[in-house]
Amino acid sequence: MPGAIHAEGLVKTFGDVRALDGVDLDVPTGTVLGLLGPNGAGKTTAVRVLTTLLQPDSGTAHVAGIDVLKRPNEVRRSIGLSGQFAAVDEYLTGRENLQMVGQLYQLSARVAKIRALELLERFHLADAADRPAKTYSGGMRRRLDLAAALVVSPPVMFMDEPTTGLDPRNRQQLWEVIEELVSGGTTLLLTTQYLEEADRLAHDICVIDHGKVIARGTSDQLKARTGGERVEVVVQDRDLLATATEVMTGFAKGEAKVERQMRRITVPVTGGAKLLAEVIRELDTRGIGIDDIGLRRPTLDDVFLSLTGHAAEEADSDEETPGGSGPDAATGTGTGTGTGNGNETEEAAR
Amino acid sequence: MTTATATDQTLAPRPAGGPLQAAHDSLVVAKRNLIRMLRIPEVVIFGLIQPIMFVVLFSYVFGGAIPVPGQHGSDPSVYRNYLMAGIFAQTVTFATAGAGAGIADDMHKGLIDRFRSLPMARGAVLTGRTIADLVQTALTVVVLSIVAVIVGWRVHNGVFDTLAAFGLLLLLGYAFSWIGALIGLSVRTPEAATSGGLIWLFPLTFISNAFVPTSNMPSFLRTIADWNPFSATVQACRQLFGNPTGIVSHAWPMQHPAWASLIWSVVIVLVFRTWSVHKYRTAAA
Ligand SMILES: Nc1ncnc2c1ncn2[C@@H]1O[C@H](COP(=O)(O)OP(=O)(O)OP(=O)(O)O)[C@@H](O)[C@H]1O
Ligand SMILES: [Mg+2]
Repeated sequence: MPGAIHAEGLVKTFGDVRALDGVDLDVPTGTVLGLLGPNGAGKTTAVRVLTTLLQPDSGTAHVAGIDVLKRPNEVRRSIGLSGQFAAVDEYLTGRENLQMVGQLYQLSARVAKIRALELLERFHLADAADRPAKTYSGGMRRRLDLAAALVVSPPVMFMDEPTTGLDPRNRQQLWEVIEELVSGGTTLLLTTQYLEEADRLAHDICVIDHGKVIARGTSDQLKARTGGERVEVVVQDRDLLATATEVMTGFAKGEAKVERQMRRITVPVTGGAKLLAEVIRELDTRGIGIDDIGLRRPTLDDVFLSLTGHAAEEADSDEETPGGSGPDAATGTGTGTGTGNGNETEEAAR
Repeated sequence: MTTATATDQTLAPRPAGGPLQAAHDSLVVAKRNLIRMLRIPEVVIFGLIQPIMFVVLFSYVFGGAIPVPGQHGSDPSVYRNYLMAGIFAQTVTFATAGAGAGIADDMHKGLIDRFRSLPMARGAVLTGRTIADLVQTALTVVVLSIVAVIVGWRVHNGVFDTLAAFGLLLLLGYAFSWIGALIGLSVRTPEAATSGGLIWLFPLTFISNAFVPTSNMPSFLRTIADWNPFSATVQACRQLFGNPTGIVSHAWPMQHPAWASLIWSVVIVLVFRTWSVHKYRTAAA
């Protein structure tokens, strides 16, 4: 059964730019798809096509089982949209904005009013409800826009970078709202630049670049593809680096990478936390003091960088990778991400 | 949901459609635009100052200098009474620029995207805007009439004819706001919509019988002026107000100005509404 959002072969060009170049998407009902990709990849264009705002040059799309191209107005009844840039009327108050949207969703004036109040409270805008939106901060506008997308609790939602510009607390709260919606059966297509967000919310992730899907799968699948676990050690004494490397190589599944200046050794491993404990014990036995040690797993950032970095180079040199079989593009590019800057996955203290 | 006052059932969008929904949606949008006008009163105020300035300038600066052929006497009040219908008509056509700028602004700010993603009646965003502009125009006309009476303008044919004249004026303004809507949808910025919405109004309002009698124009311009929808409305108003008309051309619209005005306005609404709504639906902001 095709999902609540289903698209095949979407193509959209703007002059020379192929913003969408044969995109297939399927989002099963009640799940979240995270659409990732660098700036200009075509994420917003995809959202605009799926929300009836833009006619694709070719391809088909169904939302909630309805043909987007043939019956756009029926699709509009089933979707909520929060675009990349907050679309609220600056001169209307928050309350007026939401009431207007409710009425345009064909709610009665009374219900629209009640609903506006609920949403204002839920998005912590109740205090500012009767101020024109132009007096709102960027994050408040963003929240008002998101509230507008939720006025009728539509079965299918589209959010284009919903948490851009939100502070950590509001981001956290929005995630909770989204999780609540999804547990209620809403299907969501979410674009984001925050990979942590995709990791937390999305059941499936789809990475696009240059209008093509270059990888898809669950967050774990994508991470596994980018490369496995590594143990990273920073030794106290640079003179013991060689000994330590020897020890580490004993546990490694591949070649050790040594950064002398940083006194850091990184080795690929399998075995997780248990192995980490063994490494610590062994280093201790040999009398090698350590400043820091940790088990690193690839983050979505690693996945993103390796995928899109690779794809970008490839697109310049040859056009060999077809849109759908992108996953292969991920293999063998695990290097370059090994430095683990700020990858705070399961750090084990000394 | 924490506060489930509006239950999921009532939140399901009602399947609707047809003219009732179109009227409802248009009114919701019109209300929104009227609220905006109240919050940006400068726009309304400048909209008022301009025609008042015209009344005062034309009445006192040109008043004695422009004779109205066919009217005896060089009393400036003759020209003032002749002029007023022209100023009224010019004032209502300026609704064009407002509609255009407003719609371009909505496109620019992404609001049109929000509207286009909602299950609204097709033309409601534009109809709502033009209705709001009509309200503003009506307000301007009321204030302008008062100023006109102060400088000596009078009507002579009773309430019905006077209201009919104002009806034709507002209809013309409404028709022109659809042209403005199309301009607003076609340009990229509100600034372009404002200037684009204004420039063509100058030839339109000046190659007409609004300020000077057409009898003095070269025959080529005179033909244009006689068939100008703007002239028809001006002429109709002069007749209905019982104001001086000058020498009236034999061209059909000048002989049947009320009908000509009505037909022109209806045709403009039909053509430009259809065109604008089509453009709205396919516009990629
Ligand atoms: N209306 C338009 N006219 C011309 N080019 C466009 C238009 N809309 C998008 N593009 C181009 O299409 C490509 C994809 O744009 P899109 O907005 O979909 O990217 P995105 O993935 O959303 O990027 P970002 O992360 O920066 O939001 C870009 O190269 C952009 O310049
Ligand atoms: Mg975007």
